[in-house]
Amino acid sequence: MARRAIPILKQLTAPRPTWSRSVTYMPRPGDGEPRPVTLIPGDGVGPLVTNAVEQVMEAMHAPVYFERYEVHGDMNRVPQEVIDSIRKNKVCLKGGLRTPVGGGVSSLNVQLRKELDLYASLVNCFNLPGLPTRHENVDIVVIRENTEGEYSGLEHEVVPGVVESLKVITKFCSERIAKYAFEYAYLNNRKNVTAVHKANIMKLADGLFLESCREVATKYPSIKYNEIIVDNCCMQLVSKPEQFDVMVTPNLYGNLVANTAAGIAGGTGVMPGGNAGADHAVFEQGASAGNVGKDKVVQQNKANPVALLLSSAMMLRHLQFPSFADRLETAVKRVISEGKYRTKDLGGDSTTQEVVDAVIANLD
Amino acid sequence: MAKRSIPALNKVLSNLISSPPPPPPRCPSILSQTRSVTYMPRPGDGTPRCVTLIPGDGIGPVVTGTVERVMKAMHAPVYFERYEVHGDMKKVPEEVIESIKKNKICLKGGLATPVGGGVNSLNVQLRKELDLYASLVNCFNLPGLPTRHENVDIVVIRENTEGEYSGLEHEVVPGVVESLKVITKFCSERIAKYAFEYAYLNNRKKVTAVHKANIMKLADGLFLESCREVATKYPGIQYNEIIVDNCCMQLVSKPEQFDVMVTPNLYGNLVSNTAAGIAGGTGVMPGGNVGADHAIFEQGASAGNVGNEELVEQKKANPVALLLSSAMMLRHLQFPSFADRLETAVKQVILEGKYRTRDLGGHSSTEEVADAVIAALTD
Repeated sequence: MARRAIPILKQLTAPRPTWSRSVTYMPRPGDGEPRPVTLIPGDGVGPLVTNAVEQVMEAMHAPVYFERYEVHGDMNRVPQEVIDSIRKNKVCLKGGLRTPVGGGVSSLNVQLRKELDLYASLVNCFNLPGLPTRHENVDIVVIRENTEGEYSGLEHEVVPGVVESLKVITKFCSERIAKYAFEYAYLNNRKNVTAVHKANIMKLADGLFLESCREVATKYPSIKYNEIIVDNCCMQLVSKPEQFDVMVTPNLYGNLVANTAAGIAGGTGVMPGGNAGADHAVFEQGASAGNVGKDKVVQQNKANPVALLLSSAMMLRHLQFPSFADRLETAVKRVISEGKYRTKDLGGDSTTQEVVDAVIANLD
Repeated sequence: MAKRSIPALNKVLSNLISSPPPPPPRCPSILSQTRSVTYMPRPGDGTPRCVTLIPGDGIGPVVTGTVERVMKAMHAPVYFERYEVHGDMKKVPEEVIESIKKNKICLKGGLATPVGGGVNSLNVQLRKELDLYASLVNCFNLPGLPTRHENVDIVVIRENTEGEYSGLEHEVVPGVVESLKVITKFCSERIAKYAFEYAYLNNRKKVTAVHKANIMKLADGLFLESCREVATKYPGIQYNEIIVDNCCMQLVSKPEQFDVMVTPNLYGNLVSNTAAGIAGGTGVMPGGNVGADHAIFEQGASAGNVGNEELVEQKKANPVALLLSSAMMLRHLQFPSFADRLETAVKQVILEGKYRTRDLGGHSSTEEVADAVIAALTD
């Protein structure tokens, strides 16, 4: 009986097979052609995490090849050849570019977005299974206007000791970001769009933003629309984040809200995101893309590659390689849920390379 | 030892029996929780797209009507341009071809083809005219639909324009007819390329070429040569060949050995129908035809079978195949979220098993299944 029982026991206790996803799409002939993508490693942890992406892409034999360009935050402006390359390839993956505090140098991150008119920044903040946080059921997409607002870069010293910084809000930009947000909600079956503003104080500027959002909302009657003042929003985010779905915001509030939402759901090291314009798309770490990490993290190679890996999965989907995107995402989520290889920001001790190796091992 | 294993066995059995495995989450894949965004649409991606719709004959209008209803319920950004085409027309009307050339995508029900007689099949005519050289059928076990075979997931990629379907027949002398089977290097190469590209893009491990080159040494031999050439360019994908008669036998005994199959025209027809049959029937398998510029989506296997009159009158045709094909179409149009929702809803309805048409062993009508799918969509 014992001898007979063992194989039966083995069979019964064998892990159930996971469902494999059947084909659901029919590629066009030629869809397998490799696509070039501009790669900007950037500063600080940038080269580390972009290298992680390159390794994983190679392991998957993804039909993508990278054209690498060195850009550093201390350059005056983004080199013309880089802009031309992105214009040609239409898709770019980048690490962060360090922006000096104060001084006269504009942020190259912002410059890139304005030059290519990448007017929508998208960050998806969601709880990853296996990564417990203080908040559950978080799944927020922050859509942030990327080109104007407080980031116009128009500052001047009126008289010595007095500086004016112009916040510019235009109907054109507000309308298009609202359109993008509602279109996004429609295409992704999201139920709720929330506009974040401070129109009780900045009545005209944020008022114009709100007006544009309201107009666009009338065209999408099945999507709920509401508005929230940014201070209340921050408070709600940290107490009841599950009420938020898609949030559309002007530039500065979007930066803060995205970082807050990323923080409550697991940290800026794991949230994917990107910047989209009518013609181009640049993928980078979702929130806090300009934060290139401390020197210590770079030296010890302990940067978290998850955010950029998930963003590169978004990029694969953007390039219409859904199967590769699925595989990459599945592998990354498995590694997170198993919990053995985690970098310091997630409470673990692994290096970037160990996490990458784990992801590659989990690719099927 | 036996005594020690009994409680363990009991525990495992009771675990399995008393708490039946939870029904697979709505989307039976790793993405069990609500699926977070994984893509960033381009601005303007939400503009509605135009698709040519050909209801066809027999059960065609019934099932295409279902697809229209479901698309409406989902508010999918798709609108249809309907054209009436029937199997007894001489040729596909020019305006229909123009419309498909403009929209690039078409959804169609079957067109009845008279047996014998002089009229060419309009299904075939459409494929040749638009040069839709690859026909793709995915035959897989649907959860909740038990069949005699498990773990079936076969994709049959069939050359669609030449082979035995050249339509070149002539009567040499009265009582003697010759039918020409034409195989060209050009067509064999492109279908092989498509099959390997498909396997590469979808992480498939194996491509099997189906042939009868022991008999038709030159014709199928040329087909095989082209497949072998293309195989050398994809070292990561296994390639093997199987003679079609052995293939049919293997399909009905050990179908799990097959992954992607690339075949010339006639064998593809037979193999895809067999594979569809073992995995649940031609009423549930999605498929489509694709060329360099256009794509037509229709019921996967046996698309020319428009059902008998009784089926049409009682409205008991199975809409699942065309619904899954229209999900493929949504993905082709780059609306992955809508495609996912539709597929999830359809698979949910099949899994629950309450609304099934007669070919799946149930009694429901087409409308009831459609209503169930629409109800499952609301999430």
